[in-house]
Amino acid sequence: MDSFFNEPAWIALRLSLKVACWATLLALVAGTGFGYLLARKRFFGRELLDAMLTLPMVMPPTVLGYYLLVLIGREGVVGAWLQHHFGINLIFTWQAAVIAAAVVAFPLVLKGARAAFETVDMQLEQAAMVLGVSPFGVFLRVTLPLAWRGVLGGTLLAFARSMGEFGATLMVAGSIPGKTQTLSIAVYEAVQAGQDDTANLLVIITSVVCVTVLVAANKLTPNRNPQR
Amino acid sequence: MTMVINVDIRKTLRSGDRVFELDARFESASTRVVICGQSGAGKSQLLKAVAGLMTPDQGRIALGGRCLFDAAAGIDVTPQQRRVAYLFQDYALFPHLNVRQNIAFGLQRGWRNPLARADVEAVRYWLAAFELDHVAQQLPHQLSGGQRQRVALARALAPQPGALLLDEPFAALDPGLRERMRAELDALQRRLAIPMILITHDPEDVSAFGEHVLRMNQGRLEEHAHE
Repeated sequence: MDSFFNEPAWIALRLSLKVACWATLLALVAGTGFGYLLARKRFFGRELLDAMLTLPMVMPPTVLGYYLLVLIGREGVVGAWLQHHFGINLIFTWQAAVIAAAVVAFPLVLKGARAAFETVDMQLEQAAMVLGVSPFGVFLRVTLPLAWRGVLGGTLLAFARSMGEFGATLMVAGSIPGKTQTLSIAVYEAVQAGQDDTANLLVIITSVVCVTVLVAANKLTPNRNPQR
Repeated sequence: MTMVINVDIRKTLRSGDRVFELDARFESASTRVVICGQSGAGKSQLLKAVAGLMTPDQGRIALGGRCLFDAAAGIDVTPQQRRVAYLFQDYALFPHLNVRQNIAFGLQRGWRNPLARADVEAVRYWLAAFELDHVAQQLPHQLSGGQRQRVALARALAPQPGALLLDEPFAALDPGLRERMRAELDALQRRLAIPMILITHDPEDVSAFGEHVLRMNQGRLEEHAHE
């Protein structure tokens, strides 16, 4: 049994889950924040910001990977700074895979959260303000409880997307077995090496995980809001 | 209790090509001010400005000697700090919270909502005063129109505000119920002696509550002679 769970396939699955969990967490925080900002605040360039933030969803993953290398690579703007001040190198680490997956999955949370926040009646927020509750209190007590289904729906899609991330991850994290080789990359390597058995197992695992997440997404977001 | 209210504000509102000029000036020592006018006359905007939900371009607002807004002096007290109660036209009850939690909402400041069984003295008082005990655990969508208005009033009054602002309080009710809720609000206002500003397009509201009546027309206020 012990050796079974040390199979490369399971190691890749564990890594994929770890990367996807962290990436989803980052995407959730950033996506909720920006989603609220775009839904509620009026400022110049709002729709342009929305478009910029949605870009990772439509851009080729390789282009995204290139941008990330420019940013967090050894010579990159942020990368050089991290290296110089903290001795941290992100390239070819699992943390780089997290960043790549988070950037790709972030627009899914953003879109779901913005749409959900826009359905919340602003009068309810105003009523809470007049009752003396601080802006962050209003967000936690009124806006979020009325919008959480939309936010959660986007988050689960983001998780599924993180699990499947391939292109950008390969460019910034590489394919080091047991270290940065996630499920989707392991499939590619197995097929390239002609290891059909491994490829089959990996494909089945990936499919099961994705179906499970999607079923969970549908189960957790039925339309039983107590409103109206 | 006398509470002098001073309002002198200007605001330009734009929506698409339409430009609307709000230019409202009045002073009153009455505890029953009624502002009447057609819908779209700017009444709601005026009331929102008093509550701090709309920021005028110019002017000042003072309530009971306390300055709430002064554009020239850079004063703009937040809605949270104004200590006014606001009754929205369709009540704006929190749909995810039961009656008890709605009433307790303003009594608990922090980041968490009151518990579904929140048993606070003030909540008990308002539940009894408005005969809402038997629906305390229900959600707003399960209530009748009259109950909804009572919950909204209880929620607004529970934090002991200094003034009550009412936006078309009876418009959402059936005509028969309207009469009864008017009498109820009338008695409540006299009992609490709380200063109130009521905006309406309904002449019945004017005759029931209008001690000091102002008329609003296309963003401008004028004194209304008693008939």
